[in-house]
Amino acid sequence: MDRTLIATVADRPGVLNRVASLFRRRAFNIESLTVGHTEREGISRMTIVVDGRRTDSTKVAQNLEKLVDVLEVEDITDRPAILHDLALIKVRVQNRVARSEILRITDSFQARLVDMCPQTAIVEIVGSEQKIRTVVEALRSHGILEMVRTGRVAMVRGESENGNDAPSTDGLSTSEWEQGGSSWQE
Amino acid sequence: MRMTGAEIVWEMLRREGVEVVFGIPGGGIMHTYHPRQEFGIHHVLVRHEQSAAHAADGYARASGRVGVAIATSGPGATNLVTGIATAMMDSSPIVCITGQVSTSVLGTDAFQEADITGITLPITKHNYLVTDITELAATIHDAFRIAQSGRPGPVLIDLPSDVQKAETEFIPPECATTYVPRSLPLLDSEAIDRAVELIDRAHRPVILAGRGVLLSGAGSELASFADRTQTPVAVTLLGKGAFSPSNPLYLGMMGMHGHSAANHAIQEADLLIALGMRFDDRVTGNPAVYALQARKIHIDIDATELGKVISTDVMVHSDLRPVLAEINDRVLAKRHEDWVSKIEVWREQSMTNDTLQHTPNGALPAPHIINEIFAATNGKAVVVTDVGQNQMWTAQYYATECALPFLSSGGLGTMGFGLPAAIGAQFARPNDEVWVIVGDGGFQMSLHELATLVQEDLPIRIALINNRCLGMVRQWQTMFYGGRYEATDLLNPDFVRLAEAYGIQAWRAGSLGAARSAIAEARKHHGPVLVEFEVVRDGELSHVYPMVPTGAALDAMIHRTPIEAASATGRSPWIER
Ligand SMILES: Cc1ncc(C[n+]2csc(CCOP(=O)(O)OP(=O)(O)O)c2C)c(N)n1
Repeated sequence: MDRTLIATVADRPGVLNRVASLFRRRAFNIESLTVGHTEREGISRMTIVVDGRRTDSTKVAQNLEKLVDVLEVEDITDRPAILHDLALIKVRVQNRVARSEILRITDSFQARLVDMCPQTAIVEIVGSEQKIRTVVEALRSHGILEMVRTGRVAMVRGESENGNDAPSTDGLSTSEWEQGGSSWQE
Repeated sequence: MRMTGAEIVWEMLRREGVEVVFGIPGGGIMHTYHPRQEFGIHHVLVRHEQSAAHAADGYARASGRVGVAIATSGPGATNLVTGIATAMMDSSPIVCITGQVSTSVLGTDAFQEADITGITLPITKHNYLVTDITELAATIHDAFRIAQSGRPGPVLIDLPSDVQKAETEFIPPECATTYVPRSLPLLDSEAIDRAVELIDRAHRPVILAGRGVLLSGAGSELASFADRTQTPVAVTLLGKGAFSPSNPLYLGMMGMHGHSAANHAIQEADLLIALGMRFDDRVTGNPAVYALQARKIHIDIDATELGKVISTDVMVHSDLRPVLAEINDRVLAKRHEDWVSKIEVWREQSMTNDTLQHTPNGALPAPHIINEIFAATNGKAVVVTDVGQNQMWTAQYYATECALPFLSSGGLGTMGFGLPAAIGAQFARPNDEVWVIVGDGGFQMSLHELATLVQEDLPIRIALINNRCLGMVRQWQTMFYGGRYEATDLLNPDFVRLAEAYGIQAWRAGSLGAARSAIAEARKHHGPVLVEFEVVRDGELSHVYPMVPTGAALDAMIHRTPIEAASATGRSPWIER
């Protein structure tokens, strides 16, 4: 199973290199790694998805914590969290029928059509792994020309750093809740 | 006060209490060298930058403080690499300062540019490329904290030459630092409960003491713990000195060339208490059949070591000293008489095939050489080894007293470590007698430092064990490669004349009597000395015993022929257990 780690790191030159070098040296299997700025200046955040079957995520976290530029590491896999990925998918638009069908798929999955050319269209999807996979499947018959994904970013729900007062999900797991199609996404 | 980058370097070293640095100058670091004298820090001009790193490492190991090495950009910096990797593997706190090309040409393959922060990224605890002089003081300050905190290790600071030359207002670094050492988790009381329970229930416990005991300063806690629970103690190569060899509970070294009683005890134990050690494969033998009857408690300051190699019942992520103190307060006093007497039997059995227990007739066995040095120095010398058979014999037969440093490249096994590390050790302990034990192969990887000994007038005693080959590799060839001696025979120079050419008094000894008197003569001399011991290249006396073949269980040791039986039966030179 995938494990999702969030690492808060100092925004210094080479920090990504240090993390990548660590993963290579320890032969950790990483599914994805994203990095970007945060609300705090000088602090970046990495979302790291570990292939839990082949790599012990605890060891990944412990090794990351040894890096001086890594300030904090948290495994959020078992906490209520939003786990999102963004995908851009370029599909072939063969004819009118195809065009309207692509539009329908885009609509029903709350994806966005971000570009439309005579022969191609680009669909943007933001959401869970599951949702992206579903849309990819739906679009496949049209002929996917290109796809790019950002890799997962994650954020724990609620206020507390420790997750004690995260809102209840009424017995639904996060992903089910997300699949429920409520409009939080927009 | 206005200061140049170069002056800030020395000012910061002075503030850190650094008295001596090891290095070689060059274009990329000349600015930094220039003002040194004004800061009263001694510089030792080594003959190769690898030696600068090893000397800094030796200094750190022998003093418990940070060692400092300096090198120029490009080749100077890359020459440090083996020394840095050695320090990393053995958790030795050193700070390396390297020159770098000017920031204006960084990344252009300028003359003597090497990406040393990139190169050393996986072999340092942390490294810095300082491009802004206002960050220099705090960076050096942080480097010293990082090198020493938690599990110690090397830190490198790369300093472009324009930064060395630039001027800035010197701001006390405490005001500018951003580094906060990571705090350790609070003592995990639940884990300690479980550890105490396992210890109280054990019938055949063994303590495995590593370098962490020394780094944590937990020697006396270990002694009380072993004493209270009557638990025998085996040490790793780098754990030598963590427990007194004169204590009856001392089992000696564990592992590939460990004491056979220690290895047997570990395999038969029902509880292993691993303290500040990391289950290196040289220590476990085949991990799949390692101590299968034993529950395992592992305490280490580095969480990544817990459960890394051996699955563990109780893991405690902590500095050793407070945990051991806490455990001491809570465990029941024990006797373990049956267990201790069982171990005694193993110990006695091992005597029959211990070379040292028998008078050599004519030949000069290496164990006797180490034993003579041990006897002459009363076990009170600071001993440094190189790598190979010389290292193992020294570890086996020089029973380093508690709290005295025993220096050896354990994790990386770096040939050439011995002589330069001894230089560092002698600076750390100017009043102690320093012996360095080297083989003829490894000695030739750093013998240029003989010149440094003379230039610095260091009274280091070199014991060169000359078997005219790369002994440890040759031993493997004899035992496991059908006696095909591929690339292991050495055609050597006359080492006595070579030493004399450097101005070093030297002796040669080929018998036990000659060895004894050469050691005595050498010890009377005031400057550096070398004694070359001629030992056999072939036959049983040329091997280190016991030996656990790679991939075998820890107690499947190859022993030398029991001495009485040897001549009578003419059996093969070693026997399987
Ligand atoms: C830098 C380096 N190169 C190669 C080795 C592999 N190696 C391990 S022991 C050994 C032989 C050492 O021979 P010598 O220095 O003569 O010591 P002896 O084993 O004979 O005591 C070699 C080549 C090593 N450990 N380090």
